[in-house]
Amino acid sequence: MPALEITNAAALPADWRDLLALTKPRVMSLVVFTGLCGLLAAPELPPAVLGFTAILCIALGAGACGALNQWYEADLDAKMRRTAKRPLPAGRMDRQTALHFGVGLGAFSVLLMGLAANWLAAGLLAVSILFYVLVYTVWLKPRTAQNIVIGGAAGAFPPLIGWVAATGQFAPLPLLLFAIIFLWTPPHFWALSLFVRSDYAAAGIPMLPVVAGARATRRQIFIYSLPMAAAAIAPWPLGLAGPIYGASAAILSGVFLVLAARVFGSRSSDPADMPAERHLFAYSVFYLFALFTALVADRWIAW
Amino acid sequence: MKPEDEVLRRQRDRSRIMALLLGAFVVLLFFITIAKIGINW
Repeated sequence: MPALEITNAAALPADWRDLLALTKPRVMSLVVFTGLCGLLAAPELPPAVLGFTAILCIALGAGACGALNQWYEADLDAKMRRTAKRPLPAGRMDRQTALHFGVGLGAFSVLLMGLAANWLAAGLLAVSILFYVLVYTVWLKPRTAQNIVIGGAAGAFPPLIGWVAATGQFAPLPLLLFAIIFLWTPPHFWALSLFVRSDYAAAGIPMLPVVAGARATRRQIFIYSLPMAAAAIAPWPLGLAGPIYGASAAILSGVFLVLAARVFGSRSSDPADMPAERHLFAYSVFYLFALFTALVADRWIAW
Repeated sequence: MKPEDEVLRRQRDRSRIMALLLGAFVVLLFFITIAKIGINW
């Protein structure tokens, strides 16, 4: 009797590996990396232990977002092949455990950030967690195909938080870093949603390919890539970064635009036969890593 | 494995990890305090 097994499994204390899986460690790696780069690009660095704690808090905040997202979307996750094996839809944990874990982790990360770094960074971390959970997960994601566009702001906070943790104030460069990730998110996720479209459709999530079709999605991917490339290159002509970053950003963004143009020109409707979309998705992850690495290299080598 | 054994195993694993995390947190707080004292001087 599967129902009885699920009840028994949920009645057990959750395995610590499942609690770890709730935090989406793979997503966390990109968040930690961009947060660290925001901190390392700042003009003044805090003592190492405070910088480490700030990055730890960003990671814990991201983990809280993952846990609360999975708590809220357990029913949707059960309908998608990609997510059906997660701890909640698979019945290995009860929902209340995930809720308590997520809220506790989030509150702890904000308090520790305030004590170790400063309360402006802690406030930004709290806003980013609440934005991801309430604005993106609860409000926008099930309602509009533009969910990724506005929800992408949540993922754009880490470099800003890293910078503010180091300096205690805002500056033009971290705001541009925020803009880069904000504009990078739609092409990144829409490329993914083109070749996993059937999954999102089964769960009834209004992703752009489901609502507007593949052709409109490909056009939007290319359109968003243009201001993203402009924002990525902008720190150089604005005098906020040096030539190492400028040249890297120009080359990396040029390749991104070529791949986005290939997606724009693609006509395939079979998710299994979408090499251009898969290439763009894979490259988009590399792009963000390489761009932020170039920023830190530029700050530490050239300036 | 009996269900009671599985409950005990999970509780034991979680207790160990909690102890490790709390220990790490105490060490982290110690170094944060030292760093803060250094800044305020």
